[in-house]
Amino acid sequence: MVIYGVALLSFCMLAGVFAGELLGQLIGVEANVGGVGIAMLLLILLSNLHDHGLKLSPPTEGGINFWSAMYIPIVVAMAAKQNVVAALSSGWLAIAAGTAAVIASFMLIPVMARLGRRGGADDR
Amino acid sequence: MIADTLSEVMTRYALITAFLCVGLLSWASWFLSERLTRGQLHASAIAISIGLVLAYAGGRATGGTRGIADIPLFAGFAVMGGAMFRDYAIIATAFGAHLDELKKAGLIGALSVVIGVVLSFTVGAAMAVAFGYSDAVSISTIGAGAATYIVGPVTGTALGAESDVIALSVAAGLTKSILVMVGTPFVASRIGLDNPYSAMIYGGLMGTTSGVAAGLAATDAKLVPYGAMTATFYTGVGCLLAPSVLFLGVRAII
Repeated sequence: MVIYGVALLSFCMLAGVFAGELLGQLIGVEANVGGVGIAMLLLILLSNLHDHGLKLSPPTEGGINFWSAMYIPIVVAMAAKQNVVAALSSGWLAIAAGTAAVIASFMLIPVMARLGRRGGADDR
Repeated sequence: MIADTLSEVMTRYALITAFLCVGLLSWASWFLSERLTRGQLHASAIAISIGLVLAYAGGRATGGTRGIADIPLFAGFAVMGGAMFRDYAIIATAFGAHLDELKKAGLIGALSVVIGVVLSFTVGAAMAVAFGYSDAVSISTIGAGAATYIVGPVTGTALGAESDVIALSVAAGLTKSILVMVGTPFVASRIGLDNPYSAMIYGGLMGTTSGVAAGLAATDAKLVPYGAMTATFYTGVGCLLAPSVLFLGVRAII
């Protein structure tokens, strides 16, 4: 049933966000630490249990795949509700700081990818 | 009378109106992508850019903070594009992600989150100094804002920064997130962003969940779960490091 998939997804989200809140309180920050990431891991683990007797039926998978497919439209809606005016109108410092951070981070991606691959090869 | 009734119905069913509008917008973007750029520019990238333009127009028209969602007719955008549905859909994309890929980039992915926070903070703080700020609290708050627009105010509040500095840190974070949304598809091939491995590093270094979510959607939707996975740890790590270790570092230097 479709609702099984939706419910499984909801369970993963609530459990993950709950764990992220607890983790945040544990290390003393006012933020959720990786709640969504934990929820994603949980969903991946649960959906990889088919060798251990938990096999999702196609309609159940449909309940999860629907939301996965809604991801891009949701992101479009998210873009349309950003505070773009505030970003553009609060002066050059904000724009310079944000832009410089993005450029520096972009440039570091290939460097880290290369370092990581080399490190991984040494492990083996 | 007909127009009034229609707008009343559309306002009452705001979320459904948003579904319809995003559907039409997606179709228009697909049309533009196919006909004008022959598929060169990803339809999602066009849709996200149109979304940002609408957000600007909405903000200008209403003076509000939620882009087009501040116009009552389009209030449903705030629900559809809000954190709840966004995170729900991000988690759903993990269904079908490969555990092996995650394991392969596990350590470097975690490392990239810490390095990403320190890098963005440092660059943002340097900009604050370049623009004439000289007190450690303001410099750290603006540096934290260059991490994400949540880390900025959390840090500023913890350190007791002035409210205009906190507003500035939010704007720096917003600039970052918007630039990541728009810029990612253009630099993707140059920075090797075409596999799960580099997507996890990308998510960890960029850290802005909305920026990463939209940036990967506009580049290759298959990479979304990997980038989003690491990005969701970023704000937490930023809130941990910025008001503590990183602030102490700034104070020691100044």
